[in-house]
Amino acid sequence: MRATRRSRGLAAFAGLTTAAVVLSACGGGDGDGASAGGTSPGEGKAECEGLTSFGDLSGKSVSVYTSIIAPEDKAQKASYKLFEDCTGASIKYEGSSEFEAQLNVRVQGGNAPDIAYIPQPGLLKTLVQDTGQVVEAPEGVGKNVDEFWGEDWKAYGSVDDKFYAAPLGANVKSFVWYSPKMFEENGWEVPTTWDEMMTLSEDMAAQDVKPWCAGIESGDATGWVTTDWLEDSMLREVGPDVYDQWVNHEIPFDDPQVESALKRVGEILKNDDMVNGGIGDVKSIATTAFQEAGLPILKGDCGLHRQASFYAAQWPEGTDVSENGDVFAFYLPTVSEEFGQPVLGGGEFVAAFADRPEVQAFQTYLSTDTWANEKAKATPGGGWVSANTGLDIANLSSPIDKLSAETFQDPEAVFRFDGSDQMPGAVGADSFWKQMTAWITGQDDATTLENIEKSWPSS
Amino acid sequence: MSTPEKLLNLVFAVLLFFGVMGAILLLTQRLRSRNGERVQIAAFVGPSLLLVAVGLLYPAVTTIIQSFKNRALTEFVGLENYRAIFTDDSQLQVLRNTAIWVILTPVLATAIGLVYAVLIDKARFERFAKTLLFLPMAISLVGASIIWKFVYDYKATEQDQLGILNAILKSLGVDTYRFLLTEPWNTLFLIVIFIWVQAGFAMTLLSASIKAIPDEINEAARLDGASSLKMFRFITIPSIRPALIVVLTTISIATLKVFDIVRTSTGGNFGTSVLANEFYTQSFRAFQQGLGAALGTLIFVLVLPIVVYNIRQMRKLESR
Repeated sequence: MRATRRSRGLAAFAGLTTAAVVLSACGGGDGDGASAGGTSPGEGKAECEGLTSFGDLSGKSVSVYTSIIAPEDKAQKASYKLFEDCTGASIKYEGSSEFEAQLNVRVQGGNAPDIAYIPQPGLLKTLVQDTGQVVEAPEGVGKNVDEFWGEDWKAYGSVDDKFYAAPLGANVKSFVWYSPKMFEENGWEVPTTWDEMMTLSEDMAAQDVKPWCAGIESGDATGWVTTDWLEDSMLREVGPDVYDQWVNHEIPFDDPQVESALKRVGEILKNDDMVNGGIGDVKSIATTAFQEAGLPILKGDCGLHRQASFYAAQWPEGTDVSENGDVFAFYLPTVSEEFGQPVLGGGEFVAAFADRPEVQAFQTYLSTDTWANEKAKATPGGGWVSANTGLDIANLSSPIDKLSAETFQDPEAVFRFDGSDQMPGAVGADSFWKQMTAWITGQDDATTLENIEKSWPSS
Repeated sequence: MSTPEKLLNLVFAVLLFFGVMGAILLLTQRLRSRNGERVQIAAFVGPSLLLVAVGLLYPAVTTIIQSFKNRALTEFVGLENYRAIFTDDSQLQVLRNTAIWVILTPVLATAIGLVYAVLIDKARFERFAKTLLFLPMAISLVGASIIWKFVYDYKATEQDQLGILNAILKSLGVDTYRFLLTEPWNTLFLIVIFIWVQAGFAMTLLSASIKAIPDEINEAARLDGASSLKMFRFITIPSIRPALIVVLTTISIATLKVFDIVRTSTGGNFGTSVLANEFYTQSFRAFQQGLGAALGTLIFVLVLPIVVYNIRQMRKLESR
């Protein structure tokens, strides 16, 4: 994670036509391994240009295992249609809400899927190192990632300097949801600095509106929301470089710099005057489902809710999600100019457990701008975005997706992947969540960080 | 392996099974001597023993071996994982909670089931009353937990209440209470869910046992002028003792394995984690596979004596 800035690279929207060049360059028909040979069923069809180089894959199938379940899986499946039509291969899609744990079970049990969409670089690392069953990405995928994503995203899909997995979808976490209507009625303005945001919060409190609403309950993943808060605060207060050191355990988890970032979060989340609009006091955050936490905004019970772009899916049907509508989001402001404009985000990575030609072909297809645009078009309701710079923003339908894509493609933005998702499972998927939950219910800053530090695995 | 290949494998396996069984039948049907019978028995018990070995013994042994290994199961670390369970603060809390569960749940569930069974015995509405208590048994533990999560739902006193318990508290003019959050009482509120599900099981078994007490004994006692309480203490309880023990031990075993309730209601947060939940979390979420295996082994070790006792009691019950 050496790159401190997202390189815009070849961000010029390459459009669908370049896909042909990219694919033939990497999928190549002259025996570099990614083509099955034969005459592709898509030969001669205009929309299949670029996909024909994979050769004839008729009768072959690729199994995909993901955490993307109904209703979001519909658009996923629809976006594979072009690939299936042009190559003759079929994609067997399987989504599970128990994905993270079950994937491990399947891999250990010798029943690994061909392809898995892994939402955490930390899990990818564990699978590569502990099982040795993840297959390195074919060359073409590497080239596409160089072209459309850049160095930092490539690093998230790499383990020990070997490249395994290309990014798929992505989301922006550094968003604050608010109600443009409510802001207009009260004469409030979208804050551009952290201080302005705190002043605004105090204004709201003075007008008897609890400024923030929050909720971290999420089944056995309860607490993850607070880890995002701390990560955002770290990026703003001590910058991306220290953030990387912290994530990679080059500085202890309970370093004084982390403690000061946590204190900043505590000024909002652990202050009864600031939270928890429409629900209760600070402790009520621990038992409020994250899906429901932002909804009091609609009733005017709170003004602000920090949550990722995917929260767009939580608003009830009929809610106007737009710049002048019922709800919209603004960029969680930064503390100082010093570290640029940090953006915290997440996403899935395409890891393969097999290297048959059809698997490599599908893997390559998913890393192209062609797929990104196909997926955008297959998601007319919105709620999906990719950091692929070849994605034409005009293909996205929802204003919040557009805002997210713009944030990803903004050359000023300093992107960092969700820290807890990169840490070892014992921290990132266990003690970090648990201790932050204990923090919300009353545990002090120092003890919380100390306990997480203690849980960092030694090997 | 694709689905058709898997199906083909399945068909092949089933055919093989029938083939082997058929061969055994053919080969053994002619043996009529005493020795022949033994061969017959071995031929039929053998395959099931083999299946038990593959499906139960093998994983049990592997798990025990893994419990002495490190996080990724790559090298042996001796008793390190067990040391962690008995010294680490959060693991000690898990042990403490498990102890509370195992001591309270079987006793309370059995007591409630027993009192209920005695009270409704021979009453006019007995069937209806039994159905009432038995119904929760039909709900999965996850379903039950979700229901109770709504019952326990917390909102600040001035807000509209969703949870029925807090709605009652509010209507009484008392502040609302965080049922799932307040340590250590939240563990008790989780236990209530399990009792709600298990009391019906206890009641059914005990009620059947009570009905099996010969009428003469009851009559004799009544003629001797025993009060209801004395009847209960000196006639009913001793008569159904084996059934009581079976119910108690069966619920104890289920309690040691309790996982769904904790995972669904609190996810092990707020100091409510128990062994089975911790086992799952460490094995599959935290990827501490050695520690997970050690926790699994610990459950196994704790359950084993209860299972043995339970089976012996059941035998006694059956031989009467």
